[in-house]
Amino acid sequence: MKSYLRSAVAVYAKDMRLEARTKETFSAVLAFAVIVAFVFGFAFDPSPTVVALVGPGIVWVAYVFTGILGMNRTFAVERDRGTLEGLLLAPVGREAIYAGKLASTTTIMLVVEVLLYPVFLVLFELNLFNIWFVLITIAATVGFSAVGTLFSAIAAHTRAREILLPLLFLPIVLPVIIGAVASTSAALAGDGWDGVGKWLQFIVAFDLVFLVLSSWAFDFVLEE
Amino acid sequence: MRPGYAIILERAIASPTTMTTNATPEALSHAPSLAIDVQGLSKSFGRMAALRKVDLQLAYGEGLALFGHNGAGKSTLIRTLTTLIRPDEGTVRIAGFDRESQASKIRSIIGYVGHQSLLYDDLTPRENLRFYAKLYGLPDAHDLVERSLAEVGASTYAERRVRVLSNGMQKRVAIARALLHRPRVLLLDEPETGLDQGGLELLDSVVAAVKQGGASVVMATHGTERGLALAERAIVLADGRVSLACATSETTVDAIQQAVLAERGASSRSGAQA
Repeated sequence: MKSYLRSAVAVYAKDMRLEARTKETFSAVLAFAVIVAFVFGFAFDPSPTVVALVGPGIVWVAYVFTGILGMNRTFAVERDRGTLEGLLLAPVGREAIYAGKLASTTTIMLVVEVLLYPVFLVLFELNLFNIWFVLITIAATVGFSAVGTLFSAIAAHTRAREILLPLLFLPIVLPVIIGAVASTSAALAGDGWDGVGKWLQFIVAFDLVFLVLSSWAFDFVLEE
Repeated sequence: MRPGYAIILERAIASPTTMTTNATPEALSHAPSLAIDVQGLSKSFGRMAALRKVDLQLAYGEGLALFGHNGAGKSTLIRTLTTLIRPDEGTVRIAGFDRESQASKIRSIIGYVGHQSLLYDDLTPRENLRFYAKLYGLPDAHDLVERSLAEVGASTYAERRVRVLSNGMQKRVAIARALLHRPRVLLLDEPETGLDQGGLELLDSVVAAVKQGGASVVMATHGTERGLALAERAIVLADGRVSLACATSETTVDAIQQAVLAERGASSRSGAQA
């Protein structure tokens, strides 16, 4: 367990250091997310009635697409630079590499998502500074990353990885998207635990299942 | 004036403990007679057979030079020994550990220098080595990193990002990375690529020091002279088969080169007929 944690933390710290130094993924993902939000802003009249109806959907479409963009790079960068072999040659369990990568992907996504809060506030007058929404964001992002990190490793071995990742990823995370949109509607309507609770529990259950499954399957997808 | 790494490596040769392994006590207590024992190894990629029934045994402290034309199977064999590639058939045992059931233990006692440096471009050599030291769970990581950098003459540029280093400098750091945990088996896949004369001398010193410390070295190379000088045994691979196996003391550069050329001609003809 100590070795697992040490290795996972080492991978996470390395990814964060690289990202802090290059900002390659962060800047691309943030720019894309802002553009998506702007496109929706021009696509319809953001009146309060319309925003209450479609706002949660817009938020999660923006989050999911930006997440795909970021997750595509999780293993593609390692593979393109040849450093994936360095990770695989280390005497650490594959699940530790998965955990480190999962943590770094989740961190980058969460930072971008939080930075989008004021963008949605300005463009749609959608106030996402809500404790329930914060919890939904964290839970759903962990779910996206749990699935996306695994599929990113699979897609990194293929030539058409930019196409393959969304095709693999979106059908699997559909339950999380549905849960996130429904619970966001409830949270923004001020329903509290009564409205949000069941969806939040559903998303957390999805997270747990896919954290275990993806961690277990990760060993097989990295074989040459 | 001789470069610092040469002096350090000479000291390492004089005092083998400086280049001996940092493997875990469990791995150390596990000391069978053969460092590498490969039986009936086969590997195909789709319809193309890369290795066909390869047998290979290597004792501790021995060096093996792998020769063969491009596509003969040298890299596949070395990558199979590293555990990066799963064989279709056959058994691979490194220091007695079975590749199928004890791959992680094998990874803890092998060092690998391949075609790519396995270094992160936007980290410095020191940061790269510290990262790998953490992954390998090395005690005294700070000292080991500094010593490894010094051994390859990389201390002076240890704070520059890898992306600004020349290929030769990156290769030196890659060698330091491979030696960081003091492996019992060092696997080198055309390690001369990108090295200048000083780098080649360093490589020769590293191989000699590693063997002197009791570890084994497998080196795939197109440099016949260097391969024969550094190793005790030689193998020529052709189309995934061992076409010639001998002691380096019993062969010559010409004999190896003729064997490689003959096999390349044969495979070109068979490829053309196919």
